[in-house]
Amino acid sequence: MTTAHELAAQVRSGQISASEALEHSFAAIDARDHELHAFLYLDHDGARKAAKAVDAVVAAGGDPGPLAGVPIGIKDNLAMRGVPTTCGSKILDGWKPPYTATVVERLVAAGAVPVGKTNLDEFAMGSSTENSAFGPSRNPHDVTKVPGGSSGGSAVAVAAGFVPVALGSDTGGSIRQPAAFCGLVGYKPSYGHVSRYGLVAFSSSLDQVGPFTTTVADAALVTQVIGGHDPADSTSMPDAYEDLVAACGRGVKGLKVGLCRDLLDGADAEIVERVRLAASVLEAAGAEIVDLAIPELRLGLSAYYLIAPAEASSNLARYDGVRFGLRVEREDVAAMNVATRTAGFGPEVKRRIMLGTYALSAGYYDAYYGQAQKTRRLITNALDAAYTKVDVLLGATTPTTAFGFGDKVADPMSMYLSDLFTIPTNLAGHGAMSVPFGNSAAGMPIGVQILSPGRRDDRLFQVGAVLEAGVAK
Amino acid sequence: MSMAGYETIIGLEVHCELKTATKLFCGCRNQFGDEPNTNVCPVCVGLPGSLPVLNEKAVEFAIRIGLALECEVKWSNFHRKNYFYPDMPKDFQISQYDLPLNEHGRIELPDGSVVGITRAHMEEDTGKSTHLGGSGRIHGADASLIDYNRSGVPLVEIVSEPDMRSGVQARAYVAELRAILVAVGATDGRMEEGSMRVDANVSVRKPGDPFGKRCEIKNLNSLRSLQRAIEYEALRQVDCIEAGERIVQETRHWDEAAGRTGSMRSKEEANDYRYFPEPDLVPLAPSVEWIAEIRRGLPALPKARRQALVQLLGSDDQATLDLVATVVDRDLDALVVEATAAGAPAQLALTRAANELNAEGVLPSAASFAATCQLEASGALSATQAKTVLAALIEEPDADPKDLAAKLGFEQLSDDTLSTAVAEVIQANDDEWTRFAGGDDKLAQFFIGKVMAATKGKANGKAVISLLNERRAAAAS
Repeated sequence: MTTAHELAAQVRSGQISASEALEHSFAAIDARDHELHAFLYLDHDGARKAAKAVDAVVAAGGDPGPLAGVPIGIKDNLAMRGVPTTCGSKILDGWKPPYTATVVERLVAAGAVPVGKTNLDEFAMGSSTENSAFGPSRNPHDVTKVPGGSSGGSAVAVAAGFVPVALGSDTGGSIRQPAAFCGLVGYKPSYGHVSRYGLVAFSSSLDQVGPFTTTVADAALVTQVIGGHDPADSTSMPDAYEDLVAACGRGVKGLKVGLCRDLLDGADAEIVERVRLAASVLEAAGAEIVDLAIPELRLGLSAYYLIAPAEASSNLARYDGVRFGLRVEREDVAAMNVATRTAGFGPEVKRRIMLGTYALSAGYYDAYYGQAQKTRRLITNALDAAYTKVDVLLGATTPTTAFGFGDKVADPMSMYLSDLFTIPTNLAGHGAMSVPFGNSAAGMPIGVQILSPGRRDDRLFQVGAVLEAGVAK
Repeated sequence: MSMAGYETIIGLEVHCELKTATKLFCGCRNQFGDEPNTNVCPVCVGLPGSLPVLNEKAVEFAIRIGLALECEVKWSNFHRKNYFYPDMPKDFQISQYDLPLNEHGRIELPDGSVVGITRAHMEEDTGKSTHLGGSGRIHGADASLIDYNRSGVPLVEIVSEPDMRSGVQARAYVAELRAILVAVGATDGRMEEGSMRVDANVSVRKPGDPFGKRCEIKNLNSLRSLQRAIEYEALRQVDCIEAGERIVQETRHWDEAAGRTGSMRSKEEANDYRYFPEPDLVPLAPSVEWIAEIRRGLPALPKARRQALVQLLGSDDQATLDLVATVVDRDLDALVVEATAAGAPAQLALTRAANELNAEGVLPSAASFAATCQLEASGALSATQAKTVLAALIEEPDADPKDLAAKLGFEQLSDDTLSTAVAEVIQANDDEWTRFAGGDDKLAQFFIGKVMAATKGKANGKAVISLLNERRAAAAS
């Protein structure tokens, strides 16, 4: 399929109009999304208007921007003015935000055309989209398999060729894991690089918006548009990144790559094999491969499942039936709050709210939340120490390829384990990328994961571009 | 009911709304009294996806307060205080917890007593609920209306040490605190509009015993309510103890009309607020340079202003101290100082400022205030006339006091005219004169009154008395 780079170039040069490109997207969606369920909502009117605006700029001899006419899928936890935003939850049923997320505004300002809202696990809590209140999405490579999650709808929209780019959010792997399952590039920027204003919070200290694309260069292009300081987000960093598009062409000569045992152990043999193959591709391109262990990474999962639910329990308190979304009427406010939340939240969200409430409770705080924060620091320190020896880390994105529907629903712990390799990056606030690197024997995509020190995300693009070229050979 | 054998222990929590142009975490207007729900945006109604951004001006005000209360201004951060309430849109309040901006301060009250300040931290205000039907509280209401205009208004909460021992002292503390907060420009200090709200923690004990169980009293909307509520609550607790009951730690509501406190909720029902660091904000770390700059910009505080006046007056008797406190409290001290510099007697300027002027209204210029005081001091105007001239000056601040006095018919009578008037009054009141001449001094007021009537109030009382005395002396010789 056409990449964002190619399509934007065609639109800017007048080879194809943004409106035509958009109708191709809508046609592809019409043809197959009833089966895949990537989208929760298609914004036909808004998208056509945006495409026409781009065409008008081109017609007037102007430049609509680096993403001119590129149709984009938006994860349904990002606010778009006047467009339903559900977070995959019944509790937000009918809510239309009166404002637009910074990342979406920046995309539109760069000429992109948001086509609609993509499916997700409720409030981004899950690894398969099976927790969406509106039904799961299906993996285009095998519709009996999950696409991964929580940003599964965005992954499906790109993997099925509906759109060249979709935005997701990654709290513990929610971009990288579905990217790996669907054979895409999935990139989680360093914390603070991309504005969270308008991203409905799951876990504020871990959430970060990033792109799904078919190429590493497209991920760089989209990130350059959505990234950078936003005064509306106090945690967004004021200083700019290095040029990510340029980094894609820099090669890996002399780069020290840490092949990390703790990002491989427990993964399927054929995944480990693909990661080792990826290492050899990098070595052949001039990188130095260093085997290393960072055992602290193993602690990430338990720290994550205290910190993320704790923050979520507070972030999700506002869904109380008072101001927006679902309200189940009862005789008084407290009873209305309870009835609304009971009816509006699904089981996984309730589980995490309870877990988080408990972890923050008087008498338990130190043992749970406090301890988890210390562990988080330990993991960050361990990664920092590793980065004194190597420039990037290499490992698996996921322990398995895409699993079947229902395989892990009954056992939350096995579902949580699918984020084992992705979580440490979020805890440390670093950037990481999953790059597709071949398929399993069963034909399911395998992703390799690259990790970089905080705000040295340019290295991810250096390495990612070499792997992308290497796997194509 | 009696407090005999007990002492009251009081600590106060004062919430002060900062008078910033905009709210604490968004750009909405911070304005009391606007049409409900007009100063709102995604941030202050807590819409999903919205994020707080800290208002720098609010931090500056909070640091001003901290410095004025002699606190250490520290590296701090924000926490979330989690609980459900409809007028709190996020169902958590962004506040400060174990790392407040200001800690360890003190206030010296006009009577010389010192109250320790535990902390003065920043937080956001909630919206305002109006409950329809029932008792006016949320429980049992038919419906509730919520105005989110106040949601996100910046507050500083000033927590005192349990250093106060009476309702009177607590009242003096709040009055002094209010004067300081107003002086540093952080708030308008209007208790009736809720821009200053006080909660009182009250317990009683026999002197020397450890602190007793305390009750927190809410809904104290005036200095008067504060004092009354504390005095009532202390007596109630003593009665309980004397009756062999135990004090239950609880929150109590002050009922102004009934003059009573009533139970709201006990500690067992209290919320577990599940404080944790607010992940949407970064730590608040004011630089040493910024703190120093704010310190340099602080105005003179009430205590220093009172001391300056006392020094100017050269007198510190209680009556003077009371007048000084009134003048500083009403922001009239600068006028007194300037009038004194312009030649007015300091004590007279102080007395007239305290009793005749109000900073809320129009003030005479220092020059005309001084001129009026000088006219009175020289005897050209009587005290009553001087007060009337001051009142007239407030109506016409640019007028010359001499012209005003003339317009009011206060030009001084010539000595001859006065002398004639006194002679005529003596002649017309023979019996009284005989008694006065015989030593009955009480009749002086009678003659002054008569002379005043005869001269239509233009006579100077002191001059009349000296004329009467001269004539009495002449009659005796």
